[in-house]
Amino acid sequence: MELAVENLAVSRGGVPVLEGVSFTLTAGQVLILRGPNGSGKTTLLRCLAGLQPPLAGTVSMPPEAIAYGAHADGLKSTLSVAENLKFWANIYGTGEITRAMNDFNLTHLGARPATNLSAGQKRRLGLARLLVTGRPVWLLDEPTVALDQASVKMFADAVRAHVAGGGAALIATHIDLGLEAAIFDIGACRADPDSGAALVGAFDEAFE
Amino acid sequence: MPMSLWQYANPVKFMALSAKVLPWVTGLTVLTLVTGLIWGFFFTPGAVNFGTSVKIIYIHVPSAMMAINIWIMMLVTSLVWLIRRHHVSVLAAKSAALIGLTMTIIALITGMIWGQPMWGTYWAWDPRLTSFLVLFLFYLGYMALWAAVENPDTAADLTSVLCMVGSVFALLSRYAVNFWNQGLHQGASLSLDKEENVSDVYFQPLLLCLAGFVLLFVTLLLIRTRSEVRRRRVQALEMRERMADG
Amino acid sequence: MIALLIRDMRLSIRAGGGFGLGLAFFLIVTVLVPFGVGPDTAILTRIAPGILWIGALLACLLSLDRVFQLDFEDGTLDLLATAPMPMEGAVMVKALVHWLVTGLPLTLAAPLLATLLHLGAEGKFWLFVTLLIGTPALSMIGTFGAALTVGLKRGGLLLSLLVLPLYVPTLIFGAEAARRGSEGMAVTTPLLMLAGITAGAVALLPFASAAAIRINLR
Repeated sequence: MELAVENLAVSRGGVPVLEGVSFTLTAGQVLILRGPNGSGKTTLLRCLAGLQPPLAGTVSMPPEAIAYGAHADGLKSTLSVAENLKFWANIYGTGEITRAMNDFNLTHLGARPATNLSAGQKRRLGLARLLVTGRPVWLLDEPTVALDQASVKMFADAVRAHVAGGGAALIATHIDLGLEAAIFDIGACRADPDSGAALVGAFDEAFE
Repeated sequence: MPMSLWQYANPVKFMALSAKVLPWVTGLTVLTLVTGLIWGFFFTPGAVNFGTSVKIIYIHVPSAMMAINIWIMMLVTSLVWLIRRHHVSVLAAKSAALIGLTMTIIALITGMIWGQPMWGTYWAWDPRLTSFLVLFLFYLGYMALWAAVENPDTAADLTSVLCMVGSVFALLSRYAVNFWNQGLHQGASLSLDKEENVSDVYFQPLLLCLAGFVLLFVTLLLIRTRSEVRRRRVQALEMRERMADG
Repeated sequence: MIALLIRDMRLSIRAGGGFGLGLAFFLIVTVLVPFGVGPDTAILTRIAPGILWIGALLACLLSLDRVFQLDFEDGTLDLLATAPMPMEGAVMVKALVHWLVTGLPLTLAAPLLATLLHLGAEGKFWLFVTLLIGTPALSMIGTFGAALTVGLKRGGLLLSLLVLPLYVPTLIFGAEAARRGSEGMAVTTPLLMLAGITAGAVALLPFASAAAIRINLR
């Protein structure tokens, strides 16, 4: 299993933001995505997750192998913690939520409606969703927002267990998770407004 | 590679070609339309059973025909955009919508003006009239969606999907309206069968007016599409600018 | 897909209002009509099928903007799009839930409200049948409109503008069949056309709606 990204270019709102993005992520590996705010980390992750088509380049792995963890957790405030998680487990056909509840210390909150959770607890529930997807590659967008130190450690342990089991993770984050991880800085891949490569598929390409 | 029609879907080629063609098309439009309308208005006799009001057909019939044809043209160009991603194509559809809407309004208003002396009422829920009212709503919806979506490519995709689905439902509405009106006014028909009533004396200038309206549409479409291409170009440049700054 | 169906049903029941608001609106429209056209029994009987059809259609329209909006705002739609369920299936479920929460209750309530407008027993029967066949088309077409406008901040009014023209054939055939039924005339043709529209909408519109959602998520 290997996620190989080659010469990828992505756009946001019709503007190319990244070009020439190339990296490989193999089983058992964690790759940390770095770059300043607005540099295109979210756009890159959305593209890899299959939510938007790339302008150019190839991704070796189909979106079906990827579990995407976005900024928003997609929680329903009137459903309980267990119901929220159970829903995603059923959607992904795994159906099993006990381990995920345990790993993120949610078991005692199981019956509580999501509306009564703190921001950190909501985030933990959102991350627990990754465990019930059963998918090998995790794409995470700022997963530690609103988490306290103990929860960050809990999350890092979950990632460690996931990659030890043959999975892989690509994480966009600014903090040090204490993981054995390679770092990929996308600052170097910023699309050059005047280069042709970034403008494939953009409207004014035909004017050049 | 041999020259093909698709080359003119390239904005640069389109702008170059349309700039050359536009003056000629404009001249031809003025010539045809003026000749046709003057011939129709002043050099045809008043019909026995219609009086002079019959002369409004020289505007009514061509505008009604164009109202439908323009929607069909929008459907075709929208499909071309969805399949081949040619920007000029979808911008032409966007430009055509307002012209189509105007044609529909002209057809409706001239129809009402004509309806008053003929039928004794400005409005009747005749299948044809009702269909045009529904078509008017479809044009409005299509244009409103273009106006509401910010990202131009997203807007192009969404309006094209709407145009496809809308075409099916517009056709369905046409049949539904026919059926519905029969149900309401059995036996009493207010509609005029144009083909039967029009004799050669009226038909020749009418043909010229039809040609004139087609040309008028082409002229307006070229002008509007040219400005849409420019506007799109400006948007693209602004985006680049913003990206270079941020 | 069943998981999504169960979750959405649970959400609409717990959030409350889902069942209630549409029905209340339907009731109010029906009560207002006699105030507008006068209490003449003969007139009310004659216009009852059409009024009730229009009332049901408008009540359907009311709840459409919520079909995708909440899921879009809290990020669920993004996650659903990356889940192993085709978006077409998700759209079908959304339309089905909308029908179960709006269309079906309206259909059940219509014969009761028809009493207020002096519609006869036969008229009530055909009104019920036409609404039962026609309201799924209203939900499916409305879901398509909701899919087109999901990314927009103030999509509600635009949604109505897009959906109402698409409702024209359904309304014409539905109300016409109900009217003919209440007057004891043959209903086969409009009823078949109505069923055809529903079948066509359910078969084809999920693809258009799913395409619109994917475009809006990009």
